[in-house]
Amino acid sequence: MKPRQQRMLAVGLAALGIAIAASLTLRAFKDNMMFFIDISVVVAGDHPTERTFRIGGLVVDGSVERREGSLEMSFRVTDLKCELGVRYTGVLPDLFREGQGVVAHGSMADDGVFVADKILAKHDENYMAPEVAASLAKHVEDQTASLQDGAAECGSI
Amino acid sequence: MWNFFKQLASPPHFYRLAATIIPWLAVPGLLLIAYGAYAGLFLAPEDYQQGDAYRIIYVHVPAAYLSMMAYMFMALGGAIGLVWRMKLAHAVGAAAAPLGAAFTFLALVTGSIWGRPMWGTWWEWGDPRLTSELILLFLYFGYMALRSAIDDTAKADKASAVLALVGVVNVVVVHFSVEWWSSLHQGQTLFKKGGPGMDAEMLYPLIAMIVGFTLVFGALLARRIRTEVLHRERRTRWVREMILSPAGGR
Repeated sequence: MKPRQQRMLAVGLAALGIAIAASLTLRAFKDNMMFFIDISVVVAGDHPTERTFRIGGLVVDGSVERREGSLEMSFRVTDLKCELGVRYTGVLPDLFREGQGVVAHGSMADDGVFVADKILAKHDENYMAPEVAASLAKHVEDQTASLQDGAAECGSI
Repeated sequence: MWNFFKQLASPPHFYRLAATIIPWLAVPGLLLIAYGAYAGLFLAPEDYQQGDAYRIIYVHVPAAYLSMMAYMFMALGGAIGLVWRMKLAHAVGAAAAPLGAAFTFLALVTGSIWGRPMWGTWWEWGDPRLTSELILLFLYFGYMALRSAIDDTAKADKASAVLALVGVVNVVVVHFSVEWWSSLHQGQTLFKKGGPGMDAEMLYPLIAMIVGFTLVFGALLARRIRTEVLHRERRTRWVREMILSPAGGR
């Protein structure tokens, strides 16, 4: 083998080794790499109890309730399988609304409601003009409905 | 074919070639950026949920894309330099690093400015996309620090090339972070399944910005490689002859 080929082999093998090591590490820490936990997992009771964590899902239509004269509010989040109640006191991001993706940081209270100390809004990867969005809304509603029909029952993760 | 590459790798030849191609990259690049900036800020419609705030995408996405692209130049330069012992390849890596760091910084800052009004936060520790992009910035810093810490150019080339190659893992993580794990950051827009998730009037300025940024990056890189080559070859005869010639090194 020529020296150049030896060096090529050395670089190639080193790269392969690093790739394998990295993928094993990332696989082992998969749960820690997740920014938030799905609602189904929380409802199934498979969430951290000793520390705070984040949940992510969509705000259920018509579930937002605000207490008059205060910043207290509650709403429900869904992952299209399970729903979970959330309590929060504070300022909301502008994008927060019903049907919107949100990430909430906090912990589970004894009454089975998630008590959030921070709410973040998620937006999707689609960008379009308001008129286009309006004409698409009907289509999206149909899609969501069919998704919900086809979605697994709550409890089967 | 092989001769073409051999000639390309010769420092004096590349030094002259780079001077010729710089305007051919810079001028179309700046024109595309001018069009993209105008069309993106004034002609493209506002977004259905983010209003005008989404327009920072016209800087954020090209910067983020180049932050990874520059790294690949650096790593590829390092690999070619290690295997073929090609000095010019190491010079490419050395020249690409500060540019990559600048684009990474720009991507982080514009992302933060975008995140505050939309997500409701400047920064979230633990988000895989945000954190891996920050690690990318630190990799650039580490690469540049390692280079300047070693006086012997040949040794600095080798050490920094190894560091650049190891760091490629992080570029892969940055790219796939929004697919592998849950993240506050949304998924791919341009290369998502079923075509780009963006109206054509918003999309064309974005593509113009990405291509424009890339061309300007190419021009800046070529210019930086020229200075890098000149510095490395400062004791050679061709540099001496060129500088003493009537044209004075142009």
